[in-house]
Amino acid sequence: MTAATAAAEYHQRDRRLHPPALTPGYKTSVARSPRYSMISLENTLSEITGPRFGHSDIDALDNDLIRNYARSGDPVGERIIVHGRVLDEHGRPVPNTLVEIWQANAGGRYRHKKDSYLAPIDPNFGGCGRTLTDAEGRYVFRTIKPGAYPWRNLVNNWRPAHIHVSVFGSGFLHRLITQLYFEGDPLIPICPIVQTIPDPDAIQQLIARLDLNATIPLDSIAYKFDIVLRGRRSTLFENRLEGN
Amino acid sequence: MPQTLDYLRETASQTAGPYVHIGLAPGAAGFDIYREELGRDIAGPNATGQRIRVEGLVIDGMGSPVKDVLLEVWQANSQGRYAHPEGGGAVEDGFRGWGRVITDFATGEWGFDTVKPGPVPGRNGTRQAPHLNLWLVARGINIGLNTRMYFADEAQANADDPVLNLIEWENRRATLIAPRGEDRDGLPVYRFVIRLQGDGETVFFDI
Ligand SMILES: [Fe+3]
Repeated sequence: MTAATAAAEYHQRDRRLHPPALTPGYKTSVARSPRYSMISLENTLSEITGPRFGHSDIDALDNDLIRNYARSGDPVGERIIVHGRVLDEHGRPVPNTLVEIWQANAGGRYRHKKDSYLAPIDPNFGGCGRTLTDAEGRYVFRTIKPGAYPWRNLVNNWRPAHIHVSVFGSGFLHRLITQLYFEGDPLIPICPIVQTIPDPDAIQQLIARLDLNATIPLDSIAYKFDIVLRGRRSTLFENRLEGN
Repeated sequence: MPQTLDYLRETASQTAGPYVHIGLAPGAAGFDIYREELGRDIAGPNATGQRIRVEGLVIDGMGSPVKDVLLEVWQANSQGRYAHPEGGGAVEDGFRGWGRVITDFATGEWGFDTVKPGPVPGRNGTRQAPHLNLWLVARGINIGLNTRMYFADEAQANADDPVLNLIEWENRRATLIAPRGEDRDGLPVYRFVIRLQGDGETVFFDI
């Protein structure tokens, strides 16, 4: 990496694409949303650096949610593949970055001591997975399709089927958690958590598309979901980001 | 007609929700699945410098502790270097500088052991006071909140810190400075209370 690249700054986050902190339709945000403006920081080493992970941190089976917790057989539910790429805003791949997911089982129940929904725990399903992107930024998980579930907000709110996705990127300023939804789900447009996002195109970007070309015939159906992280300025100008 | 630019757009954030532990710290959710959970050891046994303990609480706008928050810490080593190719140089073997911190579900208290970071180069030849970079997610938080923790016993470095000095309201700078309590087991203990909203609201950064 050249010195000029090392000093290049990241594009600022476009906050119009993201939910604001205060979204009264999602009630929990009301008491948990800062009221003062954030202080905008130009990049320093503290923001452009971030943790790196390698293949010694994870196991090969970690991205296979059908097998990574199986005790007595396969988990119940629709077998799916979720795959895609982690890219930056310039379309460049983000290689070797950690992607972690978690989700409810086919009945909409989480394996969490705080989840008390009446749908049963699946003895063969843990509900989490993790993987590193390859040199082209690609990742893949095998799992079962999560069920919709009710939650306390209004008395009749249901979360659309979703998978929670966490990604690191190259620096701490890339850190992002989002949720992946499934094409065609009628609960998406009426979900108060989806509706925290003001930009309709940004919502569309969270909907994984059916990908027939990636299905395994007679076995698993596939959905494609690309994740875009902030881009980095090209190296025309030298920024004095580091001292001297 | 103006030319359209073909940038992709950053994926929108969504709340980590109440069950974030399943994905990022399954042990806290109540089950064992991975050979090793990530982020439990921030500094590693070879890290040089002063070992410290950091404890705290996240408080919501009603004054109640947030019991389901998950924090991540990102810090430099005692030489002020980050464990990253652009981090300013080599670090000790096993020093990661990153950790995940889970609260006690009953009380909301959290804590972790690490080493005190050194001062880090700032922009344009400046020097940043020793600090921890923190990122918080929880149910009700729509996009992860970034803040920093500075150390009260670094008064001069804090007074000169270019980021603290960006905060126009001088009284709010104190929200980022953790007081040092009594040592415990021979280690300095710093306490950092993060207030999400209201009186004494912590300064958050748009990085
Ligand atoms: Fe969920």
